[in-house]
Amino acid sequence: MDENIRQGRAVVLLDKQGEIIEDIDTDQIFHNAHLHITDIAQMGSYALGNLEGWKDFPKTGREGDILIAGRNFGAGSSRQQAVDCFAALKVGAILAPSFSAIYFRNAVNSGFPVLKIHGLETMIAGAGIVTGDVIRFDVRSGRAENVTRGGALKIEPMSPVQYDIFLAGDLFKYGKNMK
Amino acid sequence: MGRTIIEKIIQAHSRDDAAAGRIVWMDLDVRSARDFGGPNVVKNFEREYGGSPPADAAKTVFTFDLCAPACSLKYADNQQACRDFARKHGIQVFDVDRGVGTHVMIEEGLARPNGTVVGTDSHMNILGAVGCFGQGMGDVDVAFAFKTGRTWFEVPESVKVVLKGRLSPAAEAKDLTLFLCRELGTKRIALHSAEFYGEAVRDLALSGRITLCSMITEMAGIIGFIPENGPVVADADASYAGLVEFDVSGLPPQVAVPPSPNAVRPLADVRGTRIDSGFIGSCTNGRTEDFARAAEILKGRKVKKGVMLKIVPATRRVYEEMLKRGVLETLFRSGAIIVNPGCGGCAEGHVGLTGKGEVQISTGNRNFPGKQGQGQTYLAGPAVVAASCVAGEIAGPEDL
Ligand code: SF4
Repeated sequence: MDENIRQGRAVVLLDKQGEIIEDIDTDQIFHNAHLHITDIAQMGSYALGNLEGWKDFPKTGREGDILIAGRNFGAGSSRQQAVDCFAALKVGAILAPSFSAIYFRNAVNSGFPVLKIHGLETMIAGAGIVTGDVIRFDVRSGRAENVTRGGALKIEPMSPVQYDIFLAGDLFKYGKNMK
Repeated sequence: MGRTIIEKIIQAHSRDDAAAGRIVWMDLDVRSARDFGGPNVVKNFEREYGGSPPADAAKTVFTFDLCAPACSLKYADNQQACRDFARKHGIQVFDVDRGVGTHVMIEEGLARPNGTVVGTDSHMNILGAVGCFGQGMGDVDVAFAFKTGRTWFEVPESVKVVLKGRLSPAAEAKDLTLFLCRELGTKRIALHSAEFYGEAVRDLALSGRITLCSMITEMAGIIGFIPENGPVVADADASYAGLVEFDVSGLPPQVAVPPSPNAVRPLADVRGTRIDSGFIGSCTNGRTEDFARAAEILKGRKVKKGVMLKIVPATRRVYEEMLKRGVLETLFRSGAIIVNPGCGGCAEGHVGLTGKGEVQISTGNRNFPGKQGQGQTYLAGPAVVAASCVAGEIAGPEDL
């Protein structure tokens, strides 16, 4: 399969009122009570463990799921576990209108796909994207579609730097071939 | 097209086009790690690069400030792991005697106008106060920077913040800063670089510039610069993502109420709140000018019985200046507890924590639950903290 293409089931992080959840912080993603865990394989079972309504995500989520969240995803601390817990569950990517700067860096540096999505609120309001839809996108070109419903999604392609690190696997591997 | 300050600084360190929105590779003048994060930097470095040296030991430093000297085994081990690594590679260590890393880097000339510095401290952007690009990063990033001397960075857009009017003598740099924490919140300059203009900031000395720049993190910004009378300026035709204007003349003293640095009220709203303790220091208000202001109020007065006032100078140099100017003596005679330089009051630092139910008023930059212990923390400038410790309740100097 083309490594640039990601396809998976969309999981849209909505609250009880059906609004997209913004400002999800790293304590909601991976609570500080579990910071002593250093083995990535063990981190998956705590993903979103402190986010109201989504605490069972490690059980309900499936490999390749595409998480869709509101703006400023990953606010708060700089903990790497908040990225690694999704990698451990083999989540395919996270899409959000914006990420906290440090979260974004941590994800890019570990080769985990995080991409910015535009027009999300309108899409959700118009039922243009619903949990369970299959979506597909190209991390390089940003071309994206909702396979289930048809229609395009507006995803910002990876920057050249992010793409290079993604292809290499992580920042360290990338650095070893850097000129 | 013209360039903002952040674009100019990054451009001077990059071969890529450093226009806002681009992700570029940039050269780093200094890469640093502290006693928190540092041991993981060392671990990453040794795992990835074995015993090979960093790109340039002379541009690589450790600063130990969080818990100095170490008062827990964890910090003692962390510091020693960094020291051993530093010794092996000839890296400079500003050890537990020196004080807050960012301040030491300013004093030592490591952080210079137009320079670039990264480290494992989320308040590294304080360096904006001297026109230097500073940025806190995780331990993977910093290990990579140690080895390569470079990092990638998404050049942020900038917001222009214009402050009209002059501060009244009753208001300090911290009052202006807290006012901005309230008005800008965590959205208006989020992920942006901020440039501050206007008379109110033109008047600020370095200590006041540090206070303002140290709380950009609490406003969710990338960094703040104060080009007024400063060494680094933007091009006249630079383009900005936004413009915000405030009139700050007549601004009264401000206090942030727990649990958020953005929940800010005028002093009058919280006056009379009983306190157990006060803290003056931290990277936000740990300069000689801050302690001199507190000493003016404490001269000939006593900290109220039952209240403890803790003083932590930012650096050893500040401590020396306080000694020379008689500030230390005034503070000592007032009954304050004075400890050695560093971060002290934050995290589990060397000046101790607040206990459950304790109410503290602090010049620090964060009052999130747990940051300074289990108690409730109000944030204010040195004058209000000093006056409150005399009164035993939140008060301004005019209330004494
Ligand atoms: S004083 Fe506190 S906020 Fe400032 S650098 Fe030290 S630990 Fe961080």
